[in-house]
Amino acid sequence: MTVNKPASSSKRVISKKRAALLAGCAATVLLTVSACGGGSGAGTTTKDGFAQAAQKDGALTVWVDATRLDAAKLYQKLHPEVKMDIVSYDGDANGSNYLQTKVQLFNRTHKGWPDVVFSSQNNEATWAVDAGFAAPLNKGLIPSATLANFASGANDVCTVGGTVYCLRNDLSQAVLWYNAPLLKKWGYTVPTTWEEYQQLGEKVAKEHPGYLVGDAGDTFTPEIYLWASKCGANHITGPKSVSVNTTSANCTKMANLLDTLIKDKSMSISGVFSTDFGKNKKDKVLLMPGPAWYGSALFQGTFKTPAKQIAAAPIPQWKGDPSPSTGNVGGGTWLLSQHSTHIKAATDFLKWVTTDNAYQGSKAPGFPAYAPAADVWLKAQGAAGYFNGDLSALKTASSQVWPEWGSGQFSQEAIWAATVKPGLTQGKSIVSMLPAWQDAITKYAESDGYKVSK
Amino acid sequence: VTLTHTSAGSATRRRRGAARQSRAGMAFVAAYVILLIAFGVLPTAYAVYFAFTDAGGTFTGISNFVTTAHDFRFMGAVSHIAVYLVFWLASLVVFVVALALLLHRLASGTVSKALRFLYYIPGALAGAASVLVWLFMLDPTVSPVSSLLSVLGFHTFGEVIAPGNLPLLFTIIAFWTGSGGWIVVMYGALNNIPKDVMEAARIDGANAWQTAWRVQIPMLRKWIIYMVILAFAGGAQLFVEPQLLSLASVGVAGRDYSLNQLTYDFAFQLNNINGAAAVSVELLVVSVSAAAVFVARSGFFDAE
Repeated sequence: MTVNKPASSSKRVISKKRAALLAGCAATVLLTVSACGGGSGAGTTTKDGFAQAAQKDGALTVWVDATRLDAAKLYQKLHPEVKMDIVSYDGDANGSNYLQTKVQLFNRTHKGWPDVVFSSQNNEATWAVDAGFAAPLNKGLIPSATLANFASGANDVCTVGGTVYCLRNDLSQAVLWYNAPLLKKWGYTVPTTWEEYQQLGEKVAKEHPGYLVGDAGDTFTPEIYLWASKCGANHITGPKSVSVNTTSANCTKMANLLDTLIKDKSMSISGVFSTDFGKNKKDKVLLMPGPAWYGSALFQGTFKTPAKQIAAAPIPQWKGDPSPSTGNVGGGTWLLSQHSTHIKAATDFLKWVTTDNAYQGSKAPGFPAYAPAADVWLKAQGAAGYFNGDLSALKTASSQVWPEWGSGQFSQEAIWAATVKPGLTQGKSIVSMLPAWQDAITKYAESDGYKVSK
Repeated sequence: VTLTHTSAGSATRRRRGAARQSRAGMAFVAAYVILLIAFGVLPTAYAVYFAFTDAGGTFTGISNFVTTAHDFRFMGAVSHIAVYLVFWLASLVVFVVALALLLHRLASGTVSKALRFLYYIPGALAGAASVLVWLFMLDPTVSPVSSLLSVLGFHTFGEVIAPGNLPLLFTIIAFWTGSGGWIVVMYGALNNIPKDVMEAARIDGANAWQTAWRVQIPMLRKWIIYMVILAFAGGAQLFVEPQLLSLASVGVAGRDYSLNQLTYDFAFQLNNINGAAAVSVELLVVSVSAAAVFVARSGFFDAE
């Protein structure tokens, strides 16, 4: 699905004609559909806070990413009477905007919308509400008692003008993951401040070269380190306004820390999901600041680190900072389509997938946003015995995510990837690139119609 | 009387035959014309209509062109495409002609046949698939030619896809996928050069180099121009290579690289179909003008 997305032109002679042909087909389809699509206005109601299409029988269409495929399949297994059409897509990962692209097309053809969608991004509400796609959920579809059980602030990214337009799948608060037996063997202690963290990183570089205390090569690197350091790069102050300041002391001291450790080579710049990291570095992880889902998705799933090694501690704080803070990397959201003709079935699925212990409490790879499920999940993780010690650090961190870093329509991950990452590969320091980063955020935000202040 | 009658009869028959032939010709052309109108002319007209109107269909003059040109990515994309076109057209003209001449020189039938087949294989892969092949080739950790990459100083995928390398990388990918077909076309054109011309050159004492430079290349000129026109139009529409690279590198390289990607962003991320249409109309104008210049300067349509 990812591959066939952009194939609209290429270099060869034939493909020019083919492109024209495709464009023509699209135009024809468009005309036909808009010509025949006029009659669906009958039988609509406006209960639950939006104009609902006439309800029909038929398969419930659910779009999920590869990881959430298990959730949809589990639901199908437990509810064999529900007809489901499960479609897997890239989950909008890394700001691919696949969902938005498709919804814009569906809005033109007036059909094709999925009933329920999972997105790995937190910013879908910024466009899905204007596009008339996301249905309001706190106007009748989801009981307020259920909504109240979500971790505090979890659904902030889904809320536009007091109305909730999506449900948070998981929280992705950053913690400090570490290899407990290795740390003990070398006689180190878990750092609690960033100052200690830096010292340990420098020590590891000297005493055990090749081993790592973190990675700064991913597109979400700023969301782990700079967010935790209270760097005001992404303060969404209103529906279409953002304040961007990447050169404050909070930003530069963290950037300096990263630069120092990158120079010492105890901080990798490959990115934990790169082929290079998987091949050469996955067994060299001593410490790794990262989101909640690193535990099972990265260590257990991708790296296949043996059991009883990985443990979680609170992320370090700057010395003397009275209010602890951490960052957050994604944590997906579930949206329900306003155009759904199976609202009952769609709502049932949405409720189940975000709150039910059968999935969120036991099978989910990340820390559930729904608090009762999160408690069950923590117990289940302890019982499963993969981690060294309990994961209570995650629960503490879940309420410490610094609230002044938001989710705008522009993708911070995409901007960091294109602006800072190439320079990092060429050996430039992060500190030297902070102004360019700010410039890029400003430009992207403005092109999305945001008012930018400093 | 009889004689005139007969000749008149055969003339009628001939005329009927000609009429039938011309009807068949018309039918063939008509099929093409219908497809051209449905899938070429109408969509283009649709895009032009979009380019000069807003979302509500009101005429807006050139405001879509102004807004899109003011986008901070626009000039970058224009310069990327310009550099890429220079690399791509130069490599295409030089290497395709050189390889076709070499192929034509080869006396042995089997080697020549084998090479023609070999050149053509990459072209048989679909555009996206061949880009994926290159994404593997260019990642030192999985590449079959990783030793070559490391000799060149590349140890990670990030180093390979540094911004300065992109025009060259896209040219290599495009050449690999697109040149095979052209080599075969040029080879065919070389075979069409009359034998007596070549023989005359040989009798006059021309060596291989002189024959190529003074006889074959001048006679290939129209084919080369035809190739440049189509390659220019195709190259200006660069999309698949940077788009896939951007997905593969999680956005590190190739995002918003070409004008066509920018139109895609306008259409689907900024919900500005009209702006997207404006940029695509600009691409059309540039490609058509370039073709017009080449055709006019080369006497492309002059009879031999």
